[in-house]
Amino acid sequence: MTENQKPKFAMYWAASCGGCEISVLNIGDKILEVDAIFDIAFWPVAADFKYEDVRAYPDGYIDLCLFNGAIRTSENEEIAHLLRQKSKVLVAFGACASEGGIPALANLTNSKAIFRTAYLNNPSTDNPDGIVPKTLVKMPEGELHIPSFYNTVKNLEQIVDVDYTIPGCPPEPHQIWAVLQVVVAAFKNGAALPPKGSIIGAENVAVCKECDLEKHEKQIQRFYRPYEITPEPGLCLLEQGLLCLGPATRGGCGALCPKVGMGCRGCYGALEGVEDQGARFLAAISSVTDAGTPKEDEKEIERKVSAAMDTLADPAGTFYRFSMARSLLIRAKNSNGLGKGEVI
Amino acid sequence: MSDTYEPVIIGFLCNWCSYRAADLAGTARLHYSPNMRPIRVMCSGRVEPDLVLKALREGADGVLIAGCHPGECHYIEGNLKTLRRYELLKRMLSQFGVEEERLQIIWASASEGSALAEAVDRMTERLRVLGPLRWHETVIQGNGHLSAEVEMGITADPVTEEV
Repeated sequence: MTENQKPKFAMYWAASCGGCEISVLNIGDKILEVDAIFDIAFWPVAADFKYEDVRAYPDGYIDLCLFNGAIRTSENEEIAHLLRQKSKVLVAFGACASEGGIPALANLTNSKAIFRTAYLNNPSTDNPDGIVPKTLVKMPEGELHIPSFYNTVKNLEQIVDVDYTIPGCPPEPHQIWAVLQVVVAAFKNGAALPPKGSIIGAENVAVCKECDLEKHEKQIQRFYRPYEITPEPGLCLLEQGLLCLGPATRGGCGALCPKVGMGCRGCYGALEGVEDQGARFLAAISSVTDAGTPKEDEKEIERKVSAAMDTLADPAGTFYRFSMARSLLIRAKNSNGLGKGEVI
Repeated sequence: MSDTYEPVIIGFLCNWCSYRAADLAGTARLHYSPNMRPIRVMCSGRVEPDLVLKALREGADGVLIAGCHPGECHYIEGNLKTLRRYELLKRMLSQFGVEEERLQIIWASASEGSALAEAVDRMTERLRVLGPLRWHETVIQGNGHLSAEVEMGITADPVTEEV
């Protein structure tokens, strides 16, 4: 960066919903300061740039690139490589880019099943000729290409080298602003950036630590889904049998969900040193399930434990709601059979 | 690579009962399948789900968790915690397409060397029928990189990517 030239800012969405962009706008009037400090080099949701413009930049031209969304298609992957090449600092922004997020739940099924459901068998689909998207179509005027749809959703780190991670679905605006200030201080005054690979814009404590609901020793008899009971106000949701991933999730959000009666979804990801958020939550939740005592008959204990666990709907989807792509198993093995949730 | 498939079982055996059962099976010179790689843990309750998932991902065909009978746990109810984790993990693994036979739990006291040996024999036979798991090669690698069009046979040229 030369003197009196503004640093270049880029933001891109791969397989994502757009919530991350909204969250950036939710920093409020501070967005004007962002505009004053940065030159926008690429930001599909806010400014009209084409991929060709980015390809024309010299390598490392973009100073800060916030990349949100998971890697679902070949286009996502191509742009991830392109932005890595053109960016000095590449940030995996939000749950999808950092650990797969909601799109990676599709790793429990497979691309074939997704296509069959979306294009052929869905009750609201009218497609008598069975037309499905093709990556290549030959027309008299020439060939048409669209990106291919991968079987497995990945996170950004599995594709390219990532400098920092900002977790959350979406990252909280006050955290985004705090991170932007650190970056601006580094660009303007040469202040040190955090060490490469850091998780920034989050705390290193569990969500429970930020949650002010009253907590006691947990002894869960059975689990409830949110629609089944009305939680007692002021009391830990987990103690009431409502699944709350707070104990296994990184804080930084201010425990927004549990404070309003909805269990933590786990979007800020695993705590430091934890490889697999879902497995860690599974261990925690099992330990506080109160089914069977050492005095009972073996068969009776097994029956009680089994009955208690049967009340927990969709363990894989709940424990890995945001972290499937970064989990130990990454995806399900069912490549040829029916996909989970497939419409036939 | 040899064509013959020998199942690999990772066995987590508790220090106070099941590891001694395995010891007894050895000193009694019982003949049983050599497919289990035993790992001694202080309590079956120490077996975190991460360990099971990692074993399955890194090449094991099955995982056997063995502990004291309920009511006889050295730490009073460590094995009950194990049972709760196992019941939940089993349900979760089925969503990942992992067959139930690949994760087993048994109770074997220090005097039940033959019970442990029989459990290993039984599990080895079941895994032999199921075939290898090979998570890295068949699930993460091959499967993960095919796109829908290739799998549905829509395009002629296979699109694969390197990661």
